[in-house]
Amino acid sequence: MEFKSKHLLGLENISKSDINILLKTAFSFKKVLERSIPKVPTLRGKTVVNLFFEPSTRTRFSFELAEKRLSADTVNFSASSSSVLKGETLKDTIRNIESMKIDLVVMRHSSPGASLYLSQCINAAVINAGDGAHEHPTQALLDMMTIQEKLGSIEGLNIIILGDIKHSRVCRSNIFGLQTMGAKVGVCGPGPLLPRDIEKMGVTVYPTVEDAIAEADVLNILRIQLERQKGGLFPSLREYRNLYGITKERITQAPKKLLIMHPGPINRGVEIDSEVADGEHSVILKQVTNGVAVRMAALYLLSGKEANKIIKESS
Amino acid sequence: MNNKRIDEDFDSLLLRKGHIIEPFSDIDETADILIENKKIKKIAKSITHECRTIDCQDKIIVPGLMDMHTHLREPGQEYKETIETGTAAAMAGGFTAIACMPNTNPVIDTRSDIEFIKKQSKDFLVDVHPIGAVTKGSEGEELTEMGDMVDAGAVGFSDDGIPVKKASILRNSLEYSKFLNTRIIDHCEDLNLSGDGVMNEGYYSTLLGLSPLSSLSEDIMVMRDILIAEYTKTPIHIAHVSTKGSVKIIEDAKSRGVPVTAETCPHFLLLTDKDVSSFDTNKKMKPPLRTEEDKEAVIEGLKRGVIDVIASDHAPHHSDEKDIEFDKAAFGIIGLETVVGLILTFFVDKKVFSLKDFIGMMSIRPREILNLPIIKIEENHSANLTILDLNKKWKVDKSLFKSKSRNTPFHEWELKGRSIGVINNGKIYLEQ
Repeated sequence: MEFKSKHLLGLENISKSDINILLKTAFSFKKVLERSIPKVPTLRGKTVVNLFFEPSTRTRFSFELAEKRLSADTVNFSASSSSVLKGETLKDTIRNIESMKIDLVVMRHSSPGASLYLSQCINAAVINAGDGAHEHPTQALLDMMTIQEKLGSIEGLNIIILGDIKHSRVCRSNIFGLQTMGAKVGVCGPGPLLPRDIEKMGVTVYPTVEDAIAEADVLNILRIQLERQKGGLFPSLREYRNLYGITKERITQAPKKLLIMHPGPINRGVEIDSEVADGEHSVILKQVTNGVAVRMAALYLLSGKEANKIIKESS
Repeated sequence: MNNKRIDEDFDSLLLRKGHIIEPFSDIDETADILIENKKIKKIAKSITHECRTIDCQDKIIVPGLMDMHTHLREPGQEYKETIETGTAAAMAGGFTAIACMPNTNPVIDTRSDIEFIKKQSKDFLVDVHPIGAVTKGSEGEELTEMGDMVDAGAVGFSDDGIPVKKASILRNSLEYSKFLNTRIIDHCEDLNLSGDGVMNEGYYSTLLGLSPLSSLSEDIMVMRDILIAEYTKTPIHIAHVSTKGSVKIIEDAKSRGVPVTAETCPHFLLLTDKDVSSFDTNKKMKPPLRTEEDKEAVIEGLKRGVIDVIASDHAPHHSDEKDIEFDKAAFGIIGLETVVGLILTFFVDKKVFSLKDFIGMMSIRPREILNLPIIKIEENHSANLTILDLNKKWKVDKSLFKSKSRNTPFHEWELKGRSIGVINNGKIYLEQ
């Protein structure tokens, strides 16, 4: 088992073998996290920079925690307190930081393709923590880990993503990763929030949420942002809830035992009702827990560590 | 002024044994050409004359080529290009004339702006024909003094970079330009539909998560412009056509007699939105690279004469404006030094169009559209010539460009055929 990727920029061009290694390694780290002292010295002496050009709470927190659990030295950089406000380019910013000798960069940025660009500018390994509406690979990996944990295998499942498909990096990474792992992927949402030619990505478009629920094994519900309403893409949160909100009534119609997922933060009473978010089908908090393990796995593998070693150690 | 000149003056010049192709006068023969006092003195099978002689055996001599859509960036953005470096790029690319767009800083919207460009390019080998703005500051509100600008040398009017936003203003500008014997050129884009789009809307924008810019944004404006041209019975020229929809709309309009002409650019004939997958900012321009289907339709449009002209839309940008995140990068690529080679390689050599078609698209039609004299290769006419070597194999190397900028998507492309020299205004540029 050899991990081939040099960076984790997205799941579009990553092999099934590498995804399997990442997920296996993540399960091993999950066991580490359940120990009384949930910390290993694996990345001691390595320096990780968290470059966040966009506000993020949970992803940044999750990465920081993963880095600390691996004993890496971490530096945080956020756009609001940085030279970006003084007009410095991304290339200059990162080259300056790289000159201070770093090993790994975790970046969140509003521009699609920014992490690819970053990987072309520097020698350190890059983990994409979200680049615009393009990809968010660690989120999709933690979603896949949670599905595997709950349902055993991803292959053959029908996983339906609901909501603002057009602007969602989570959605794209999920489609790429889940399809590589043999799942069927569907999408459902208001017309203006479905990107053109989405069906050419090999996904099924479900016209109504009822149609989606009738066939789904997993519902991955995306956050709906109020600013899309101002952009004229849908009329109101009220109507959004009426047409697309996941309510208790709706999921009781499901023929299969549904798994309910959400990348957070959730808008209770809009895209998902509290009874569902906190109900028996929901694995939303498990996703958050698994997020730390997945990020530990990505950091570990990209610093050139052997997957077998940690898998053996933890078992 | 022109202290880095790469062209040379001459009094008399003999071009020996060139294959002359000049479709307008239906000339297709191998002959010698003697040039004296900027004019073609004699064309004959064999001329003996004591003067500088250039062996043109196996070379093609055609009427000087013209690029009717260039951005020279002067005044105001001389760090991207100047009139001097832009015309040097034109010479190296095989052009003896260019028309330059007015979206400089300040915008070219008065007689003195036109005079500035004429003065900066005075006595150059390349004829620089300024295009003035349709509206003051290209802001889309008030018409410019077109009459005064035509008098100073403006050959057309455009708010290029953006469309003439209001239909009422476009209508007025057409009705006003009608009696000035000049042409309105429109950049067709519905800015509302474009939104913050940075690449063509379709499968690839969906894959990449880049903000989409639909073909609808172009098609709707082309339709609007054509309806206004039809209603006012005034000619209009559609810049940089990139979509299947536009080609269809223009074809329908031409067939019912609407006085519309159109141009496209080499990148729409050779690249598609699939090429954007690498997030290469040298594949970002407006209109954006479209789908394979659009590309095929535009090529068909050229073949059938729906699209009249191939123009470069040479849009120089500094590397600082391109070596950044894709969505933040400037729109536009340079083209003056690659157009001729690309079209010869992929269309003439492959017999998609004939060399005569090529001359029509790149010498005759641009001048007809802008009401400039057609270049003929006949005795007593001005010597305005491009010398082509159709067999020359070369590799595009952006580091050798005469342009100040390097933003080309064609770097390292292997081409066959190029211009090896141009002659105009008693000056010659010959490739070293």
